[in-house]
Amino acid sequence: MGNIKYILGSFGDPDEMMHGIDKLQENNISIHDVYTPMPIHGIEAKLGVKRSKLDIAAFFFGITGTITMLSFVYYAAAWDWPINIGGKPHFALPDFIPITFELTILFCAFGLVGSYYASTHLFPGRAPRVMDLRATDDRFIIAIDATQNAEHTKIDGLLKEAGALEIKYNERKYVSYE
Amino acid sequence: MSGHNESILREPLITGHDITYAKITNDILSPVENKPNKAWWIGFIVSALGATLWLFAVSYTFWNGIGSWGLNKTVGWAWDITGFVWWVGIGHAGTLISAVLLLFRQNWRNSINRSAEAMTIFAVICAATYVVSHMGRPWLAYWVLPLPNQFGSLWVNFNSPLVWDMFAISTYFSVSLLFWYTGLLPDMASIRDRATGFRRRIYSVLSFGWTGNVKTWQRFEAVSLILAGIATPLVLSVHTIVSMDFATSVIPGWHTTIFPPYFVAGAIFSGFAMVQTLLLVTRKVLGLENYITMFHIESMNKIILVTGSIVGVAYLTEFFIAFYSGSEYEQYTFLNRFIGPYWWAGCMMYGCNILMTQLMWFKKVRTNIPLSWILSIIVNIGMWFERFVIIVVSLHRDYLPSSWAMFYPTWVDVSVFVGSIGVFFTLFLLFLRVMPSIAIAEVKLLLKTSSEQAKLSQIKTGHVEVAYVSEYVDSLEKFDSVKQEEYAKI
Repeated sequence: MGNIKYILGSFGDPDEMMHGIDKLQENNISIHDVYTPMPIHGIEAKLGVKRSKLDIAAFFFGITGTITMLSFVYYAAAWDWPINIGGKPHFALPDFIPITFELTILFCAFGLVGSYYASTHLFPGRAPRVMDLRATDDRFIIAIDATQNAEHTKIDGLLKEAGALEIKYNERKYVSYE
Repeated sequence: MSGHNESILREPLITGHDITYAKITNDILSPVENKPNKAWWIGFIVSALGATLWLFAVSYTFWNGIGSWGLNKTVGWAWDITGFVWWVGIGHAGTLISAVLLLFRQNWRNSINRSAEAMTIFAVICAATYVVSHMGRPWLAYWVLPLPNQFGSLWVNFNSPLVWDMFAISTYFSVSLLFWYTGLLPDMASIRDRATGFRRRIYSVLSFGWTGNVKTWQRFEAVSLILAGIATPLVLSVHTIVSMDFATSVIPGWHTTIFPPYFVAGAIFSGFAMVQTLLLVTRKVLGLENYITMFHIESMNKIILVTGSIVGVAYLTEFFIAFYSGSEYEQYTFLNRFIGPYWWAGCMMYGCNILMTQLMWFKKVRTNIPLSWILSIIVNIGMWFERFVIIVVSLHRDYLPSSWAMFYPTWVDVSVFVGSIGVFFTLFLLFLRVMPSIAIAEVKLLLKTSSEQAKLSQIKTGHVEVAYVSEYVDSLEKFDSVKQEEYAKI
């Protein structure tokens, strides 16, 4: 068992997988990551994934959009080339609300999605780091680092007890590399 | 997510008895992974011919100018802006389904949001082409952008609703695209992990290296919720601003403060009708009856009924205010919709949008698939006529009776409009072939709680009141994808 890098517990049911995570954690076995075909609620608390700060980022991106548009429109309409239209105010704030709103949403959306892609390392052409190809189909995969957790037979037993349909010993970290 | 049972009183969102996670993936990816059937080819060829017609008619317009349309000095806006508003309106349902229904936790959106969002994007593309082609000199279309120009830095007029519209439509298009594509990533990864060779390479690039680990999923849900939160006011603002193109003018029939809410309701109304038109066919041709069920169809019909009635109230309000204003121009404009030379357009507008929609009060109509499909087409026709009546009928009798005129479309007008429908369907049919038409991951979320089989096992294990079970079984009667005889013995 010298070359094994990762032990993968492959579950067919999300509840059994959650049970498996509990079992492993009760036995002080650290979990590398979990790969699922759909979001599983409550799993982030078990694995200690911190609360997302993307909402705060989104707010500041939005505010940046608001300030950008308001200052730009002030520069363009009231300072750089003011046009006298029937003596109406150059900086007609109510007229600028719709475009300011649109720019707020635009900055917020692009900033938010950009931060999301950056923080989770998603970008076009990134090599997929997949441990089990069925994790995007019908399997819920718990990955355990085999070098850090030496008791392989115990892990095997715990996963089977929790209801794992299949246990794999991967000698390569990612099966998706060609 | 799956630790509790959903109430038996809620109708199932996935029907069928042998549904597994693998079967969901197989069913939804089958049109992407297999060769298209004959129905798809026929649809595609017809649409592609339409798109070719569009290409020709738009090129003809670019070459000869908009003089090739039937416009005259009285009716300066006609089929172009009618088509623009119609397409933008249709687009609104996609965002409504993906954003507003997400905020309200309406789980039935999960199986229709993907194709509805795709519809939004394609409809906005069609709308945008109208904006560009009606400009007369489309190669100068960038003049609507606030760019410093060669005449000195004379900026665009930020007080103009047409400039607001440019900001609104471009923001709407790009935010919708982001929302849609981010949602597509996990499903693109599903295709990637099942494919081989060159296909795998392509979907590998398209799926951005998605793996489905805990952090990515957790952030994915946070992003979806925030995007839904900002897309909701955005979608309301877009048609509000489109309505301001008219409402801020001085033309009787346009100069109306009710326009923003009236246009937004009308947009959702026509958009849901288009979703219905597309999905009733899609579910049949692609065999997705178990995922897009009668519950989805009926729910959409209910939204069509509600928004159609809001539009009806808006029509009545307009009439009352025209009477109550005491302004003879305003009164004449609204009377002219019935007694003027365009009385038939007025009848199409009010008849299709108000009278026909009221049929949806009957459950037999709401759950009848052929009838729902016909009604959805009628709503689309009615909403096109609504924009035609607002634009052309308000313009054709202006303040000066000597300039009263009629609008007669040329073959170019007709070809651009018919062609834009071809462009829309070409894009939609291509989408069905290369991307999953249903959000696979989101449908999988429903399997353990809201599917027919989960509810059946809940009944079989007992602990459910008999009255509830019989009510549930009664509610299944309308489903075309449920085997009724299985419930006869319960």
